[in-house]
Amino acid sequence: MVERPKIQIEDVSYSYEGKNVLRHATLDIAENAITVVFGPAGGAKTTLLRLINRLNDLVELGDMSGRIMLNGEDVYGPRVDVSDLRRRVGMVFSLPLPLPGTIRDNVVYGPRLAGIRNRVRLDEITVRSLGQAALWDEVKDRLDEPAAAMSGGQQQRLCIARSLALEPEVLLLDEPTSGLDPLSTAKVEHSLQELKEQYTIVIVPHNVQQGARIADYAAFFLMGDLVEFGTGRQVFTAPQDSRTEDYVTGRFG
Amino acid sequence: MNRYTVQKLGSGLLILISLIVILPILFVIGSIVVRGASAIDWEFLTAMPRDGMKAGGIYPAIVGTVLLTLGTAVAAIPVGVGAAIYLSEYAGDNWLTRSIRLAIVNLSGIPSVVYGLFGMGLFVLFLQFGTSILAGSLTLAIMTLPVVISTSEEALRAVPMEYRTVSASLGGTRWQGIRQIVLPQALPGILTGVVLGLLRAAGETAPILFTVAAFYLPSLPSSLFDQTMALPYHLYVISTQVPGMPLQVQHGTALVLLGVVLSMNIVATLIRSHFRRKRTW
Repeated sequence: MVERPKIQIEDVSYSYEGKNVLRHATLDIAENAITVVFGPAGGAKTTLLRLINRLNDLVELGDMSGRIMLNGEDVYGPRVDVSDLRRRVGMVFSLPLPLPGTIRDNVVYGPRLAGIRNRVRLDEITVRSLGQAALWDEVKDRLDEPAAAMSGGQQQRLCIARSLALEPEVLLLDEPTSGLDPLSTAKVEHSLQELKEQYTIVIVPHNVQQGARIADYAAFFLMGDLVEFGTGRQVFTAPQDSRTEDYVTGRFG
Repeated sequence: MNRYTVQKLGSGLLILISLIVILPILFVIGSIVVRGASAIDWEFLTAMPRDGMKAGGIYPAIVGTVLLTLGTAVAAIPVGVGAAIYLSEYAGDNWLTRSIRLAIVNLSGIPSVVYGLFGMGLFVLFLQFGTSILAGSLTLAIMTLPVVISTSEEALRAVPMEYRTVSASLGGTRWQGIRQIVLPQALPGILTGVVLGLLRAAGETAPILFTVAAFYLPSLPSSLFDQTMALPYHLYVISTQVPGMPLQVQHGTALVLLGVVLSMNIVATLIRSHFRRKRTW
């Protein structure tokens, strides 16, 4: 159904302390599009995201089966460099957490670890990433101030910029606007629309309305099951499954 | 009695109990300052002891204590912080880490005189370092390790897990996350542990008794394999072993020991608050 799959999720299950938190999910993530992964809490949305860039490796407690392919290559394959994978698949978390240090430090953290030392190059990255995250105009005069002093909305856009600094191919966002006011939320959503020209975006929205606003494709997860997957228009306006319909129309959730 | 009276009585009682904690320290410091201050002059701090230690200064003991403390720091900090990083960042919960933790708890419960005997057996005799600064420093370092390890581990664990996740999500290896984010954030706590351990080491008598301390040695050490005088042991010697020792020399020595230890404490506190201001959580 998806024409140019960037990521293929093939029959992926994940169990954690004996519980099957994700069961047999199969879906394709389209390139240069926004795929919305939504559903009530406990639906395995975050788990799915963290499986794609292998952040779940850090907790090392779960069991995964199935395959996740990025550009046709198994991300759990033996020759995959996990650090490199995470540079190609960036992640933004629901709570913005600036790293210690200045705004500039935050943006160049990833590139520096990747070995980029050149000041000019790092400055270019800073300007570009902050611009892409719609933050440049607000912070261009205080790049060397502590990132922790920014507002919550700015911090979240800084976290987006921080991921974009690595020029990832895919951007995973886990409820990136859950702590933000409507104005900041609108800014983030607007920049996502521009970012999808260059990036493949997977987002867990913080409510159904947001999902409907931005989805090119949408996947509805309920209690670990992928209930429905289709284009955003279809899933949010003409859902095939009654559970999706009940959730989208606000009958539960 | 109504509840307001009970409240007043209760908080009054608690204040009183807290004051009891302050009193001994004030009394100890006060009496030592009052009786010892008159002994302290430039000669006392910079001259060799004379007349069977009844006159002259305590310079070699001061130098000895500073050297032993430095030696302890050099040996204990890398090992202790390294072990803490392993326990908090790399090791899972398995039989190995459980036995390491058990060992740490038990180490901190060992009386210091036992460390002294152990140090004599291992470093002085078996490894043939002789009674030397090296043997004394290593003995003190082993005694200090449990404090350094457990406080450092606590400080590392207090850094929120999310920082490590964020660092990893930006392509950082585990070590890069530790080096760039976790260690700097944990530094104030680690310093606290290191200083607590070193202060205890600087003031100990028993572990240096058989490993390094000289009864009377009116010269400065010239290598790691020399003996040296040290303040705590010197204090013990002049208080119990030398008849007719002037009281003010004893109190003066105690005051200097107290001064060395407290000034190290103050320096560490300053460093700590400097780093803590840079912390973001």
